[in-house]
Amino acid sequence: MAEALAFYTLSILILGLGVAVITTPKTVHSVVFLVLNFLCVAALYVVLQAEFLAVIQILVYAGGIVVLYLFVVMLVNLKRQPEEHQDPRRLAKVGLVLSGAVLVELAAIVVYSYGREPSSVSAPSPAFPVQGNIEELGWLLYTDYLIPFEVASVLLLVAMVGAIILARREL
Amino acid sequence: MLDTLVIPLLKIVVLLNAILISVTFMVLMERKVIAWAQSRLGPMRVGPYGVLQAIVDPIKLILKEDITPVKADKMLFSLAPILSLVPALVAFAVVPFGGDELFYVADINVGLLFFLSVTSIGVYGIILAGWASNSKYPLLASLRASAQLISYEIAVTMTLVSVILTSGTLSMVGIVEAQLADGVWYGFIQPVAFVLVMIGALAETNRVPFDLPEAETELTGGFHTEYSGMRFSLFFLAEYANIIVISAVTALLFFGGWLRPFPNVEALAFLDIIPGWIWLFGKIFLFLYLFMWIRATLPRYRYDQLMRIGWKLLIPIALANIVVTGIVKVLV
Amino acid sequence: MATQSAPIFDTDELVINMGPQHPSTHGVLRLVLKLDGERVVDCDTVMGYVHRGIEKLSENRDWTQIILLTDRMDYVAAATNNLGYCETVEKLLEVEVPRRARYIRTILAELQRIGSHCLWLGTHAMDIGAMTVLLYAFRERELVLDLFEEYCGARLTYNSMRIGGLPLDIPSGWDQKVRAFCDVMETKLPEYEELLTNNRIWLERTRGVGVISGPDATALGLCGPPLRGSGVYRDVRKDEPYAAYDEFDFEVPLGTQGDTYDRYLIRLEEFRQSIRIIRQALDGLPEGPIMGKVPRLLKPKAGETYHAIESPKGELGYFIVSDGRATNPYRLRVRPPSFCNLQGLKPLIVGHLVADVVCLIGTIDIVLGEVDR
Repeated sequence: MAEALAFYTLSILILGLGVAVITTPKTVHSVVFLVLNFLCVAALYVVLQAEFLAVIQILVYAGGIVVLYLFVVMLVNLKRQPEEHQDPRRLAKVGLVLSGAVLVELAAIVVYSYGREPSSVSAPSPAFPVQGNIEELGWLLYTDYLIPFEVASVLLLVAMVGAIILARREL
Repeated sequence: MLDTLVIPLLKIVVLLNAILISVTFMVLMERKVIAWAQSRLGPMRVGPYGVLQAIVDPIKLILKEDITPVKADKMLFSLAPILSLVPALVAFAVVPFGGDELFYVADINVGLLFFLSVTSIGVYGIILAGWASNSKYPLLASLRASAQLISYEIAVTMTLVSVILTSGTLSMVGIVEAQLADGVWYGFIQPVAFVLVMIGALAETNRVPFDLPEAETELTGGFHTEYSGMRFSLFFLAEYANIIVISAVTALLFFGGWLRPFPNVEALAFLDIIPGWIWLFGKIFLFLYLFMWIRATLPRYRYDQLMRIGWKLLIPIALANIVVTGIVKVLV
Repeated sequence: MATQSAPIFDTDELVINMGPQHPSTHGVLRLVLKLDGERVVDCDTVMGYVHRGIEKLSENRDWTQIILLTDRMDYVAAATNNLGYCETVEKLLEVEVPRRARYIRTILAELQRIGSHCLWLGTHAMDIGAMTVLLYAFRERELVLDLFEEYCGARLTYNSMRIGGLPLDIPSGWDQKVRAFCDVMETKLPEYEELLTNNRIWLERTRGVGVISGPDATALGLCGPPLRGSGVYRDVRKDEPYAAYDEFDFEVPLGTQGDTYDRYLIRLEEFRQSIRIIRQALDGLPEGPIMGKVPRLLKPKAGETYHAIESPKGELGYFIVSDGRATNPYRLRVRPPSFCNLQGLKPLIVGHLVADVVCLIGTIDIVLGEVDR
């Protein structure tokens, strides 16, 4: 009961803050809403008993990446109106495509899950040789998901090298 | 009900009051220590040796006029001091002041990471304060604060990884217990990590020589230029609470927390007469004194030099430290 | 260098006003800085906030009254201002100053140099963030002020010299106190050096910051330590000796790099040279009168003269025109070292960071009272 209450409260908050992020006129305000949004998501993770993920969510997203957003937002002058694009209805077209994609996705989920047994969150997890949230996560990452984990790290490395090359034209 | 709600709440109330009171006395201590370093006397007028200054200062700050600049962003201007104080206080939740359950609010299995993530939120107060003031010097301070936090947080987090590797746990209580089991303070087996964390702590709490977001003589007070009265004092509460919590965490991670010196030497068992929390408080005091000592001694780094130290010095050393710790851990 | 690309974002240059109310502009200097991020791309120096018209005022005061006005120019080094003015009028009047008076004047001027450098050291270190040095330096400056108080009764604006000599002889026992002060100062200098000279942060903040080459410094008309920091040998005390400087043995420290650190080292060495001069002067202090033969009515012949001395800040010159009819100057013009050194501020600042700006204002050691007059 308490879990469901927390879940719905947080979901409403997350959605509301998400809307606030894209509707506020001031960029800094929307960044602040984004931070609050991330904090609520972290709280949601705690409800799902994924404390490690929650803490990492705050540390990396709220504490790190959004600080960089703020840095950039404060550094550049965003008071000027964006220049008119050649196609004034470009945004509407993009929006139509995106909303169509989301609709299809939702429909697919509904169709896929219709008539299936609801799987419980608290289903007995496979037996781990280790105890504890972080330990289990680490065990999974270094056994079953080793290849995705390594691929992800290589991807991040590539992104980092790319960013450095873009930032420094001459090396 | 009693165990899950009343006792934790009581603990929180006691802890918060203790922090706030100790902050006011810490300001007095800082004024005194720096005064002595500079061959002055410091506050002497209120009470014997100026002891009551700690009570008079907050009263003065509360009674002062609270000014909001006309062109400021009202919402964020009010929000910023709160945003900077709350994380500083929340961080205390995972700081154990003793091994017994009585001495901590919560011992969660990701305690150290919780501490890091909560302190990383605290910088929003400073950034938003600078931006919301709608003034140029505070804006420069905001930019400095955000750049500084990113560089130093990465370094500190990476450094702490090597401590986590050594202890094998993220829980604060667990780390101290691991030091008891290993029979040594981690400051002795991770001296590099200790130095890096101390440097990072100075940078994250905006203290000399890394007090760039404040930089009295450059940015005229930096992010809090436009603040006055109670809101201004909230920033200071946050800063000093941060110093206390960082001192506490450093003492826990590297100096055995509530353990006596050389916890494995039987001959020193008589030292156990002194309760653990007194050991911890003594260690915290030592670090607080260190912070003040450094403030009285060192000049300030420049912005670009600070970034260079963070990215080109601390992060590589932290990475190397992790590798070395890992290799030793595997071999031993 | 890659081709210049158009900026993606609208990154305006930030224009900030540093001063006239700013803790590090040493008075009421105002700098309009144009910043790109934290880098200064342009700088406009605005001054005149404490302009009191001392030069114009002097045209309506008689010769002795002007001494009092000179106190108010470089108010942290009033004695050297008095000295410069008195010597210029003496040159105009062709008055001979007794040797004892010249010796005491030298002692006062060098004490003043120590006092002024103490204030410079303290504030300069404070600007860079080392707050303890400020208190230490002021502790010693206090001793200098005490000595002046005992000599002439004032602590800041001394009015301590007269045309033709001195108003007062030194009090009995004063020379012993000056000697004692020299000993104290000698033990305190290592304290400053311990906090700064080899401090890594201090080195990083001052080395290579505000570099100016010798020819550039000369072309800008810099004087005093900023000029000597660039390796140019120019010290009025040596080049055109005045007071009793030609009788003493001292060295003029020179820099090699022309950066802020060199200027810091030079001033610290000047402390030591000043102590050396004071000791020599006390050792050889002659007996005799302290006032020369000066006519009761000061009325110089028509003519003009320029005379310069080495104030703690640099070359302090007075140019005085007398029309030979009145008991006041027809025109008095001051060549203030602070004003000339302030000219060098813009070339020093441009290209540096905001944090360096305060460091560079400190290194040229200006007093706004003297800049604006």
